[in-house]
Amino acid sequence: MAPLMLLPPGPGSCRLLLLLLALASSEAASDSNESANSTAQDAPSARLAASSREPAERISVFELDYSYVQVPYEVTLWILLASLAKIGFHLYRRLPHLMPESCLLILVGVLVGSVIFGTDHKSPPVMDSSIYFLYLLPPIVLESGYFMPTRPFFENLGSILWWAGLGALINAFGIGLSLYLVCQVQAFGLGDLHLLQNLLFGSLISAVDPVAALAVFEEARVNEQLYMMIFGEALLNDGISVVLYNILIAFTKMHKFEDIEPVDILAGCARFIVVGCGGVFFGIIFGFISAFITRFTQNISAIEPLIVFMFSYLSYLAAETLYLSGILAITACAVTMKKYVEENVSQTSYTTIKYFMKMLSSVSETLIFIFMGVSTIGKNHEWNWAFICFTLVFCQIWRAISVFALFYVSNQFRTFPFSFKDQCIIFYSGVRGAGSFSLAFLLPLSLFPRKKLFVTATLVVIYFTVFIQGITIGPLVRYLDVRKTNKKESINEELHIRLMDHLKAGMEDVCGQWSHYQVRDKFKKFDHKYLRKILIRKNLPKSSIVSLYKKLEMKQAIEMVETGILSPAAFSALQQAQRTQETKRLSPEDVESMRDILTHNLYQVRQRTLSYNKYNLKPQSSEKQAKEILIRRQNTLRESLREGRRLPWGPQAGAKNVRYLSFPYGKQQAWRRNTGATEATDDDSSEPGLPSITFSARPQLGSLRESWLAREVIPMKSLPQGTMTLPFHDSRDPGLGRRAVVRPRPLFLALDEEFESREESDEEASTLRSRWTVERGHSREHGQSHSPLLRRK
Amino acid sequence: MGAAHSASAEVRELEGKTGFSSDQIEQLHRRFKQLSGDQPTIRKENFSNVPDLELNPIRSKIVRAFFDNRNLRKGPSGLADEINFEDFLTIMSYFRPIDTTLGEEQVEQSRKEKLRFLFHMYDSDSDGRITLEEYRNVVEELLSGNPHIEKESARSIADGAMMEAASVCVGQMEPDQVYEGITFEDFLKIWQGIDIETKMHVRFLNMETIALCH
Repeated sequence: MAPLMLLPPGPGSCRLLLLLLALASSEAASDSNESANSTAQDAPSARLAASSREPAERISVFELDYSYVQVPYEVTLWILLASLAKIGFHLYRRLPHLMPESCLLILVGVLVGSVIFGTDHKSPPVMDSSIYFLYLLPPIVLESGYFMPTRPFFENLGSILWWAGLGALINAFGIGLSLYLVCQVQAFGLGDLHLLQNLLFGSLISAVDPVAALAVFEEARVNEQLYMMIFGEALLNDGISVVLYNILIAFTKMHKFEDIEPVDILAGCARFIVVGCGGVFFGIIFGFISAFITRFTQNISAIEPLIVFMFSYLSYLAAETLYLSGILAITACAVTMKKYVEENVSQTSYTTIKYFMKMLSSVSETLIFIFMGVSTIGKNHEWNWAFICFTLVFCQIWRAISVFALFYVSNQFRTFPFSFKDQCIIFYSGVRGAGSFSLAFLLPLSLFPRKKLFVTATLVVIYFTVFIQGITIGPLVRYLDVRKTNKKESINEELHIRLMDHLKAGMEDVCGQWSHYQVRDKFKKFDHKYLRKILIRKNLPKSSIVSLYKKLEMKQAIEMVETGILSPAAFSALQQAQRTQETKRLSPEDVESMRDILTHNLYQVRQRTLSYNKYNLKPQSSEKQAKEILIRRQNTLRESLREGRRLPWGPQAGAKNVRYLSFPYGKQQAWRRNTGATEATDDDSSEPGLPSITFSARPQLGSLRESWLAREVIPMKSLPQGTMTLPFHDSRDPGLGRRAVVRPRPLFLALDEEFESREESDEEASTLRSRWTVERGHSREHGQSHSPLLRRK
Repeated sequence: MGAAHSASAEVRELEGKTGFSSDQIEQLHRRFKQLSGDQPTIRKENFSNVPDLELNPIRSKIVRAFFDNRNLRKGPSGLADEINFEDFLTIMSYFRPIDTTLGEEQVEQSRKEKLRFLFHMYDSDSDGRITLEEYRNVVEELLSGNPHIEKESARSIADGAMMEAASVCVGQMEPDQVYEGITFEDFLKIWQGIDIETKMHVRFLNMETIALCH
């Protein structure tokens, strides 16, 4: 078999190699297939039989048996091919801007399909009903449910449900009915398609797969509400269309069309609701169970991902057993589980879960798209101009109708209505995808004698929407200049928003109004009181403000380190150089404690950043790298400090490297006054006479140099305490985090010896307060000065 | 209320001053009566009748905001002892949704009003600046719901936020420049990117309805 070689960079050669590869392998495959066919037809058990069928006179040195590995081999080859194509796709920078990844996958599929068709090979049975519904679909749905940003989703829940639910229904029935009417026209030769079949077709063709739209939105950073609408629709749409599909199939199975009475229709509606809600209910239960179990897995963290996946899958299967909607179940399970699981599992498990989920869903999607491409090139098509054209037209028309009608109504209730532009975008993002194709492909032939027609029509719609709409939606969004999101990560913003939430809730209480902020508040309280105690391992508090703050510090520290590592020169030189540049601060001590804190808190922050890119995860390699760099850095710091103790504090008091909150450089009296005052008011926090922000580092110091030093360097020995007083500091992750913690401490202690004598007051207050200064001061010496908190704009 | 005729004249006057519709005014009046215990004015103590407010971490600030002379437009500082219905409405009017159909200027004006209200919440001593202590106070209150977060963490967060604000507002500072505090202009700058329209409003609907969507 042709071995896979590493592809040289460059998209052109990439493509060429891919093509050659595909051709070579399938040629070889088909050749050996021919030969293998003659020897053995069935299963691997025939292998032995095959080899012994002909009287073997000689032991053959080389044997070839392709049929044994055919199915897995080809499936693997497909997946690999798609991955290579993706690599090539992303290597060529401009391409992802031009077209969505689903286009690429389809093209690869077409390629493979043409190869298979050309060599007259039988493609592996990737797609049949049970394989699709049991193996291919769950990972896709799980992934989209897991990575959903929960807060915006729940804030917009009403609108989303209204839009996704009713939209799917309107589309399905609208398209179905209109096509039925078209079929009545004798001239088109579609008379034998009766109403139910059309309705079924309508339901499967209305399943939207707006991954392309989402990718574009994320790149264009459109406003949150719009994003959430599309996202929510994507999430619920699959579930709803499958439910509808199943119900209609059940109807179709009732042989006599005329037997369907209003009772049945009512039963159908009721079933729809039961299936939907039942699925969600199941999902929530399983979510809670798995969250509960992850509470106890701290000693065997290797099985944590397993638990997450198995429970999600189990929720799907359990729901399917009862004919409830497995898709909605697995979605609900993922959403419920995520919050608690993230806090319980270790960092590595969390990463594993994330990546594994992405991987599984990517594999499924790839297989489906390739299969779609494969089946495009084939003999099982039936082309009927009327049907197909009308399908296309009706899809667009009904989507437009549903968008504008539903949003018109929903806008009355929204305090922040969707503009016409937004609605146009939503209409245009109705790209069909793998879901529709699968459902079409899995139509039972017995009930649908004209299945091929449906498949062809579906394929046409998919190709049209994916290629044409997928490619043009980017420019459209930019052209329409949709309102952008204003998500900045800043502490101020976080604080203000928090304040606003509480303020609103308070105001509503005063007015006696009841709104969803209340609901959210109540849920949060319930959550804190009961759920978290049961489901979370150690009930650590999560405050998004604190976590964001820590995250920002961490980020800045990482940036600092990454820039700092580039100039490992003497510190004074560094300091000179950096004096004129942007000044940033190091807070290594903070960073270590942050690391521990972040293993708990980072999850909270993750969900605030709205970045759902179906095909990629945000690279987080910088963290590990930064840790390494930080450790190395601190070693070098320590060494250089040992050599020349004074070196870092060398420069003159006049060194002007103060930032925003200035140390009053010449004003020692004011400063001493401040120290006195602020010491006392640590707990009162009422300083009428101190409008300026001063950090009292050291009390009662005389000389300028001393004061300068003191300002910079502070009771270091408070630092280890400082880390310990932080509430989140606990050694749950004894891995890398610990190592990082250990090393810097000697660093500070070394300095500590020097300055211990100067320390006169060692109250908790001053140490705590001055701990803050340390970070600033300390770094300034090292010229690193990277503000942990400031975002230089 | 008194005789129907004078009542509606009052209502119209209030409508004009505060921008609420007469239905909303009626409803809020009912609520006012409930809170005040049928008295013509509300005092701070009356707010303890609102049970859910007790659970709010910033309740003291909220209650204070009602009596703040700056919000009531009665003076540059200080607290009123009691407020009447008109004052109540004035405060509530800060939370009306911004009517985007009015001109650009009006929208900007409304926006400023809301932000000023917020500013007054932070700036408790009415000196026109949010100092570090005041900011710390706010953060501590916000985090007071969480029993595990220590004061010290809250402080550092406030400090960090202050520094961030300084960098936004003043940019690169001279070495011996002291950043006094966030003034209202700086505050506006910070809020530049965040749209307050979607956030700072309360839906004054009928009390029976539960608003599920935005």
